[in-house]
Amino acid sequence: MLFCPANNPKLYYTAPSYKPDCIIFDLEDAIEVNEKDAARDLLVEGIKTLDFKDIEIFVRINGVTSPFFKADVEAIVPAGVRNIRLPMCQSAEDVQTLCRLLDAVEEEHHIELGSTKIQVGIETPKGVLGVREIVSTCERVIAISFGAEDYTASLGVERTIKGDELLFARSMIANVASMYDLVATDTVWSDFRDEEGFVEEIRRVKGLGFNSKSCIHPSQVELLHKTFAPSKEDVEKAQKILEAVEQAQVEKGGVIAVNGKMVDVPVITKARKIMALRQKE
Amino acid sequence: MTNRQGSIPKYIEGYGKVACYGEAVPKRTMAHKRSVTEKQSKDKISTLKEAICQSNLQDGMTVSFHHHLRNGDYVMKRVLDTIHELGIKDLTVSASSISKIHDSLLEYLQDGTITRIYTAGLRSQLAHEVQHHFNLKAPIVFMTHGGRARAIEDGSLNIDIAFVAASCSDYHGNMCGTRGPSAFGSMGYPMVDVAYAKRSIAITDNLIEDMTEAYPDEISISGDYVDYVVEVERIGDPEQIATGSTRITSNPMDLLIARKTAHALIASGAIRQGFSFQAGSGGISLAVCKFLENHMKQNQIVGAFASGGVTGNLVELFEKGLFEKLYDVQTFGQDAIDSLRDHAGHIEMSADTYANPNNPKCVVNQLDVMILSATEIDVDFNINSITGSNGVIMGALGGAPDTAAGAKMAVVVAPSMRTRIPIVVDKVTTICTPGTDIDMLVTERGICVNPKREDIKRSLIDAGIEVISIHELKDNIQKLTGVPDKPTLGDKIVAVVEYRDGSVIDVIYNL
Repeated sequence: MLFCPANNPKLYYTAPSYKPDCIIFDLEDAIEVNEKDAARDLLVEGIKTLDFKDIEIFVRINGVTSPFFKADVEAIVPAGVRNIRLPMCQSAEDVQTLCRLLDAVEEEHHIELGSTKIQVGIETPKGVLGVREIVSTCERVIAISFGAEDYTASLGVERTIKGDELLFARSMIANVASMYDLVATDTVWSDFRDEEGFVEEIRRVKGLGFNSKSCIHPSQVELLHKTFAPSKEDVEKAQKILEAVEQAQVEKGGVIAVNGKMVDVPVITKARKIMALRQKE
Repeated sequence: MTNRQGSIPKYIEGYGKVACYGEAVPKRTMAHKRSVTEKQSKDKISTLKEAICQSNLQDGMTVSFHHHLRNGDYVMKRVLDTIHELGIKDLTVSASSISKIHDSLLEYLQDGTITRIYTAGLRSQLAHEVQHHFNLKAPIVFMTHGGRARAIEDGSLNIDIAFVAASCSDYHGNMCGTRGPSAFGSMGYPMVDVAYAKRSIAITDNLIEDMTEAYPDEISISGDYVDYVVEVERIGDPEQIATGSTRITSNPMDLLIARKTAHALIASGAIRQGFSFQAGSGGISLAVCKFLENHMKQNQIVGAFASGGVTGNLVELFEKGLFEKLYDVQTFGQDAIDSLRDHAGHIEMSADTYANPNNPKCVVNQLDVMILSATEIDVDFNINSITGSNGVIMGALGGAPDTAAGAKMAVVVAPSMRTRIPIVVDKVTTICTPGTDIDMLVTERGICVNPKREDIKRSLIDAGIEVISIHELKDNIQKLTGVPDKPTLGDKIVAVVEYRDGSVIDVIYNL
C-alpha cells in the first residue's frame, strides 16, 4: 500500500509504475492546511481522469474531528473513490460518523449503497483497546491499519527499531483482523534507505499476523512484495495439501495425512491463503 | 529505420557532397600513418607559442583535442587563446567531444579563428548560439567515437596538429593519463590523433625526466609520435576531471528501470558465462550493473570483459572477479584511474581498437550486451541522443551508434517521460542511432522488443516478463502527457550527424 501525497501531480502517473497492490493518496498528514483544498481538487481530477488499472485506490481523508472531513468525503466519493482510510479512529462512533456521511453521499449521487469501504486507522492506545467495537460497528470496514508514530506519541514512548513498544498494539490489531476476516496493514517504515531494517520489520509483523504494510517510498514496494511472498517450500507444501484435499474431499468429512501429518480445516485454510498470496506475485 | 533520405540535401554548403545513411560512402585513400622515424629533435621542450609556430600552423588547418579532461579542461582554451594571439584564422577544430567549459570557443567562432567543428557532442551556450544566432561558415559535424577514428584513418579527417593534454609526460613526449595531480586515466582518443597528425604537441602539468625509467608500463602514447612538449601550470581542474557517476542512483524510477532491465537481460539468456558487456556512466546503467552483480554471483557467472567508459562501478565488479578484463577508452573517477594504473587486466584501448568500423576486430563487434540512453526513441526504434524533443542540441553521439551496431543486443534504457514530455514518439527529432541496431527498450511503463528480435521477445514472455509493442507504449504515455507540439525549426542546417561509416544519418536545423 503505497502512500502518495495527494498534492503532487507527478505521483499520480509515476506511482502505478511501481506496481503496488494499492495506492493511498493522502489528504491528511502529508498536506499542509493551506493546501488541503488544492490537493483535494487535484485528487478528484486525477481519479476521474486516470486509469489505475488493477491497482486499488485508497484515500486517507482528514479525521472526523477535522474541518476538512466532510468536504473530503463529499468530493472523493462522487469522483469514484471506493476505499477510504479513516485516520485516528478511537471509537465506534468515529466509524459511524463516517458511515452516516457515506450513506448520504452515496444516496445523493446514486452510488450503490455500502459500496464505499473503510480501512480504520488505529493510532492511539484508546483505538487499540477499542478495535473490536470499531471494526464490528459497520459492514463497510474491510481493513485495519496501524499508525505507530501517533501511537507511540500518545503512549509517551520513543519508537524503536526493534519495536517492542508496538508489540501489544500490533498483536491486538492482527488478532482482531483475523477474527473478523479483515486485512491487517502495518505502519510505515520511515527510514526508506534502511532496507535491511525494513525487511526485518516486515518479517516481524508477518509473524504476528499482518498481511499488508504501508510503504512511504516506492523503493519499498518490491521489497515488501518479496518478503511477504510465501517461500518456495511453503508453496510446495500448500500445493501438496490442496491436491490431497481435492482427492480426499476432506471438507465433506474425509481425513487425510500429508507427509505423515494430519490435515484438518485450519491447515487447509492456511494452504489456501498461501496459494492466494502466490497468485498475487 | 525510416531514414531521412529525401529530406537530407545531396549537397550541404560548407560540408560538401552528402552520402545519405544507407548509401555507399565514396572510398578514400587511406591516410598516411605517421612513421616513428619521423621523430623530430630530441629537445622537445618548448613554450606553447613556440611549439605552435614551429609546427607551422597556418590559416585553414585542422587542430585536434581530446575530451578526457571533460568539464575540467583548461587546455583547449589555452591553445586557442595562443592561436588567436598569433592571428591564425579559419581553423577546423576536431575534438573528441566538447563540454560546457568550452563555451569560450564561441568568441573564436565569431571572429573567424575557428570556422569548422568536428565533435561527438555539443552542449550549453555554444550549442545554443550555434542554433539560434550564429551564422556558421560550415555546419558542426557530429561524429561517433568510432566514426572519428575511422575518418582520421581513412583520410577524411586530416589533422595538422594534435594538441594532447597529458597528466604526465617526460621530456621525450612519452605520455600517460594515470599519474600526476590532473590524472584522468585512459588516453584512448588522442592515441588515434597522434598516429596520423602531421605534428603532435604534448601539454602537461607534470613533466618528469624519463617515463621509460619511472613508469615504463604506463606509457599510453610514445614520444616517438610527439614533436614538442609544453609544460603548463595546470592542464585542468582535478575536481572536474576525475568525475564520473560512481554512485548508484537513489531515484526510485531509475532503480525500477534498472531492475526491469536486469531481469530482461537475464531472461534473454545474454548474461551467461563469458559474456561481454558495456554500459554507460549514467545512473540507470550503473544500477543495472549492481542488479546483474547479484545474479552473476549467485550463478557463478564470470564475464569475459566489460568495455567503453570505465566507471568505479565496473571496476568493483572486475575486482570481485565478475569480469576477466576491462577495456578502457575513457575513464570515469579516481577509483577507475587507480585501477587502470594498477591492474594488468584493466586495459587501455584506443578509439580505433574500441569502435572503428573499418577495424573488424574492434571491441564493439565483440560485445554481447550494450546499454545506452536516449533523449527520444521512435516507433521504428531510432534513437536521438543529441537534441531534445524541443530540437535543442544538448547531448552527444559518443560511442553509442558504434556499440549498438557491433553488439549482439543493444538495450535502450529511459524513463517514459521527462518533465511530462514523452520519450517515445512517432519520429525522433534527430536520428543518431538507427533503429535497425536497437533490440530492446526498457522504460518504467513497459518493455518493448524490436520486431526483428522475436527470439528475445519469446524468451522474455517465457520468463513471465510482459512485453508490449512500442506503439502501445507510445499511446499509453501520450494518454498521460498529450501530444506535444513539434518544435518550429528554421531552414538552415547548423549541424550534420554522421553515421560511423561517414554517411549522413540526419541534419539539425537552426531554431
